[in-house]
Amino acid sequence: MRVAAALRDAAITGLVAAGLFLPLVALRTDVSPSGALFIRTRWSDAAILIALAVVGRFALVLWLGRKIPVASTESAWWEEPLRRAGKFFTPVLLLVAVALPWLPGTGRYELDLGILVLTYVMLGWGLNIVVGLAGLLDLGYVAFYAVGAYSYALLAQYFGLSFWLCLPLAGILAAFWGVLLGFPVLRLRGDYLAIVTLAFGEIIRVVLINWASFTGGPNGIGGIPRPSFFGLPFSMGGEAGSFAHTFGLEPSPLHRVVFLYYLILGLALLTNWVSIRLRRQPLGRAWEALREDETACRALGINITTTKLTAFALGAMFAGVAGSFFATRQGFISPESFTFIESAIILAIVVLGGMGSQIGIALAALIMIGGFEVFRGLEEWRMLVFGIAMVVIMVLRPRGLVSSRTPTVALGERRAISGALVGEGRG
Amino acid sequence: MAYALQQLINGISLGMIYGLIAVGYTMVYGIIGMINFAHGDVFMIGAFTALITIVLLLSGGMMEGPGAILLVLLVSMSVTALYGWTVERLAYRPLRGSFRLAPLISAIGMSILLQNYVQVSQGARVKPLEPIVRGGFEVMREGGFVVQLSTIQIMIVSITLSVLAVFTWLVTRTPLGRAMRACEQDRKMAALLGVDTDRTISLTFVIGAALAAVAGSLYLIRYGVIDFYIGFLVGVKAFTAAVLGGIGSLPGAVLGGLLIGLIETFWSAYFSVQYKDVAAFAVLVMVLIFMPTGLLGRQEVEKV
Repeated sequence: MRVAAALRDAAITGLVAAGLFLPLVALRTDVSPSGALFIRTRWSDAAILIALAVVGRFALVLWLGRKIPVASTESAWWEEPLRRAGKFFTPVLLLVAVALPWLPGTGRYELDLGILVLTYVMLGWGLNIVVGLAGLLDLGYVAFYAVGAYSYALLAQYFGLSFWLCLPLAGILAAFWGVLLGFPVLRLRGDYLAIVTLAFGEIIRVVLINWASFTGGPNGIGGIPRPSFFGLPFSMGGEAGSFAHTFGLEPSPLHRVVFLYYLILGLALLTNWVSIRLRRQPLGRAWEALREDETACRALGINITTTKLTAFALGAMFAGVAGSFFATRQGFISPESFTFIESAIILAIVVLGGMGSQIGIALAALIMIGGFEVFRGLEEWRMLVFGIAMVVIMVLRPRGLVSSRTPTVALGERRAISGALVGEGRG
Repeated sequence: MAYALQQLINGISLGMIYGLIAVGYTMVYGIIGMINFAHGDVFMIGAFTALITIVLLLSGGMMEGPGAILLVLLVSMSVTALYGWTVERLAYRPLRGSFRLAPLISAIGMSILLQNYVQVSQGARVKPLEPIVRGGFEVMREGGFVVQLSTIQIMIVSITLSVLAVFTWLVTRTPLGRAMRACEQDRKMAALLGVDTDRTISLTFVIGAALAAVAGSLYLIRYGVIDFYIGFLVGVKAFTAAVLGGIGSLPGAVLGGLLIGLIETFWSAYFSVQYKDVAAFAVLVMVLIFMPTGLLGRQEVEKV
């Protein structure tokens, strides 16, 4: 019975797959040297894809039946052990992060990857304030990242300010932009808010590209000063006053990478610490209340304007700080680095992490950015795999990897509750 | 005067394309309340299918007359509709009834997936197509400036209007349209009264994708260059158009599309080409500040 159903389903899938793949895969349009288009046929590629679809569907129906798997909201198998081990898990993860530069087998590549992952962890925690805590959907978060990066690059270029002075300045400037964006969108809700934030991100990028006399346009800004160890430069010469000389070390290019690693680790942990602390204070509680029910919030006398604006400003501030870190690490920035896809990746990290779960976001960043690196060998297929992974993970775990929450306030014992009980905000 | 008239003609033909895509966004939003981020890429698939069909017809020497264009449209519509159906089935249906951000992320993933699928299967290079439709009329002449109304522009406007007429008939006069409107008002109630909501939603995606395919084919014939990335910007602008007109409102989507097309064209003509996207987005922000639900959107009644 089941085999018959599976066969029928597989046949239908085959027809659909043929309709999908025959035009776009089997008939490839190529540009001939004369500039005209011609068709190059690739029947075998299309046939392989169709066969894969048929076999896959057949196996799936045979295994699970015809029922569409409904996305589960209950906890996954790994969550219960994770929660039990939770007391140890977080410190262990932190310990590994702190010890990474000293672990055997850690080279330049691993450290660079670590820095990249931690940058996204920080961005994820920053965006979590806006999306996870306050429930405001922001699709243009990367704009603030860009503001931070360009703030540092331009301040250094035009005024020669140092990195350590620019780091807080970039945060403040980005926070200012966050308020600037926040004001007009205060009255907007849901998807109207989403599209305006997206538009804002695009506006910033277009301005960066076209205001070439100030921002360097599409060519970006190069030669951004690298950070110093609180005033001691990392130079290869090992002359007096350099980091290596002061501490009596052999000059090595690794010093700066290790320093950058600890810097971003510290910044990320600062973001985490601030958001955890704020959650327990009136402001953080107001954010969460806003996410649960805006009308009730108003009725209880919470000032919606300041609550929303502080969420935008704080989220933006952390993105700005991360941006100026990004600028000093790369030494070169261009508008290319701040496209919508970056916003989408950061948002995906927050949602995949389980919106509001700090450890979940760190894990999600590790999986997404680390996983993306693992597939480096796939080249142009890499983004394709990335897209497929995003869809598959969302379909299987719509509530994110860690779908339980520990309430901020509780009567008596504090127990983890299901993420399904947490509101998602209409803002 | 003549210059402005020319811009008006260009703006309307561009706005029609945005309007066709915006209808797809607004329909899906109205019925299941999600931003279908992959819709711009469905439009891109439509353009590519049309390109493949045109190249096939050209190599057979059959790309002649309105019949060939109709054939291109039909092929593109059916293939793209199948893509629309598959996207809904694979990425959105399993998330029905889940929380709001899950389908959004899934849609963004789908958008990345479709873009890179076309990049891998059709190549990353820009595809230039020789002009298929030539000729036009001279509307007026003022000084040395000639106002042109090209055949393509007439074609875009007439095809868009007839497609929209069929679509309006479908939504207002057929059982399917009634089911769609019922689902939009109250999906649970519609299901209780015997409307097959899953089927209705699937068909909504199919119709939206077919409209996007028309837009994609017209875009290809009008501009002659496409690549795998066109879906993003055109999609964002079409969504902007849908929001501008009031998301969920079908006439609003077309109105918004026309407005965005006109704003963009006039801004490029009189101010700067580089900042035309900024102009479109700035108008969106302005409109939303004063009319938070768009031009023709319904005022949301908040129940406590």
